[in-house]
Amino acid sequence: MKFERKDILGLKDYSRDEINFILDTAESLKEISTRKIKKVPTLRGKTVISLFYEPSTRTRTSFEIAAKRLSADAVNITASASSVVKGETLIDTARNLESMNPDIIIMRHSAAGAPHILARLLKHQSIINAGDGAHEHPTQSLLDMMTIREKRGKIDGLRVALIGDIAHSRVARSNIYGLTIMGAEVALCGPAMMMPREIDKMGVTVHNRMEEAIRDADIIMMLRIQLERQKNNMFPSVREYAKLYCLTPDRVKMAKKNVLVMHPGPINRGVEIDPQIADGPYSVILEQVTNGVALRMALLYLLAGGK
Amino acid sequence: MTKKKVVMDAEGIDRSLTRIAYEILEENKGIRDLVVIGIREGGVCLAERIAKKISNIEKTDVPLGILDITLYRDDVLSTAKKPKLGKTDIPFSLDNKKVVLVDDVIFTGRTIRAAMDALMDFGRPTLIQLAVLIDRGHRELPIRPNFVGNSLPSSLWEEVSVHLAEIEGIDEVVIENI
Repeated sequence: MKFERKDILGLKDYSRDEINFILDTAESLKEISTRKIKKVPTLRGKTVISLFYEPSTRTRTSFEIAAKRLSADAVNITASASSVVKGETLIDTARNLESMNPDIIIMRHSAAGAPHILARLLKHQSIINAGDGAHEHPTQSLLDMMTIREKRGKIDGLRVALIGDIAHSRVARSNIYGLTIMGAEVALCGPAMMMPREIDKMGVTVHNRMEEAIRDADIIMMLRIQLERQKNNMFPSVREYAKLYCLTPDRVKMAKKNVLVMHPGPINRGVEIDPQIADGPYSVILEQVTNGVALRMALLYLLAGGK
Repeated sequence: MTKKKVVMDAEGIDRSLTRIAYEILEENKGIRDLVVIGIREGGVCLAERIAKKISNIEKTDVPLGILDITLYRDDVLSTAKKPKLGKTDIPFSLDNKKVVLVDDVIFTGRTIRAAMDALMDFGRPTLIQLAVLIDRGHRELPIRPNFVGNSLPSSLWEEVSVHLAEIEGIDEVVIENI
């Protein structure tokens, strides 16, 4: 298997072999974060810029730590504290960054397709999509799949329930692509207003009641309501949402006995997930974060050099 | 046409490993603070066998680790194909240990340079020694193994491979023209 991509933009057109290769690489890199000296010299002299037009705690820190553990030089740009507020366009920002010869640019933007524009524009830089609008968030899905494969030994044939605001969730979209490519059975549930039209054409099942989606699930993935992406209130109240879609101890009982509960974070305790579940024995939420560093190290390693 | 010549058979390999095990114990005056670390892929099975022989002689287990040196290679970003990463597994500190590195074949010495850099990230060993089954010459760095199974002067166009029962199903060392 040879990894030949210039950029990581979305999982839609990935093959099962490619995803497994990325996950294998990440598994091997995971051990570095447990050493006393958490650093290898592999990306010495490489420059990694992260360009974030939207807030982030996990993804940005995770990428920065990943770059530093591989000895790359990591630079962070927060759009709200940059020339973007002075009116610079995305393309001008990109051209200026290009002039400083970075090797990899990690980008998060509120507009779907923004990282794709950068990828086409910059011939010598690799672009990693760290979330574009409600489109894709490939690194989140990859770390989710890494966590599933690590805990269950496989992804093929597992039943995964994906609950919440599907329409506005890039995590949901990337996971629907990734998980179906890997052979999982994906069951969706969420308020009708937050269920995209024609979603059933993506090879998933759609359920009206949360209990139906969760029944016999191997994995439950909860999603946060993306209030920042909703123009009008799409549901009457947070309380009503919680009543219908919160993952409670009673609902977890309907899944398989050894079910894994996942959440991409940030979690809203008591809204989409009961604190007892978030902190309980089924939860692998913090292990997802640990795997995120290894997974991002794998992508930086695979993209750097050797073209 | 590739010509294949078997230069060591199963018995030869086993006798060499037995001698190396005794030499390691003689050189280090016993098993105290000794650890054995095999370099992926070729050194892992040999390290296991040497550690087992040492344990049998001394009636004590010797700690065994596995090292993948890919991330420390000097050509890791210049080769088009990224080598598959293997897992490193050294579940103990190397502080004040006598480390015996094990590999199947020593050639340019670059793998060993990378391995020594990697070991330093796991602590500060008292010393590092190197055991190889085959020394085929052509060193590009000032590195010399402490324990050698067989010195086998080879030409640059030849390929020296060690096949082991654990992986290839047969113990033999072969030289091929490529």
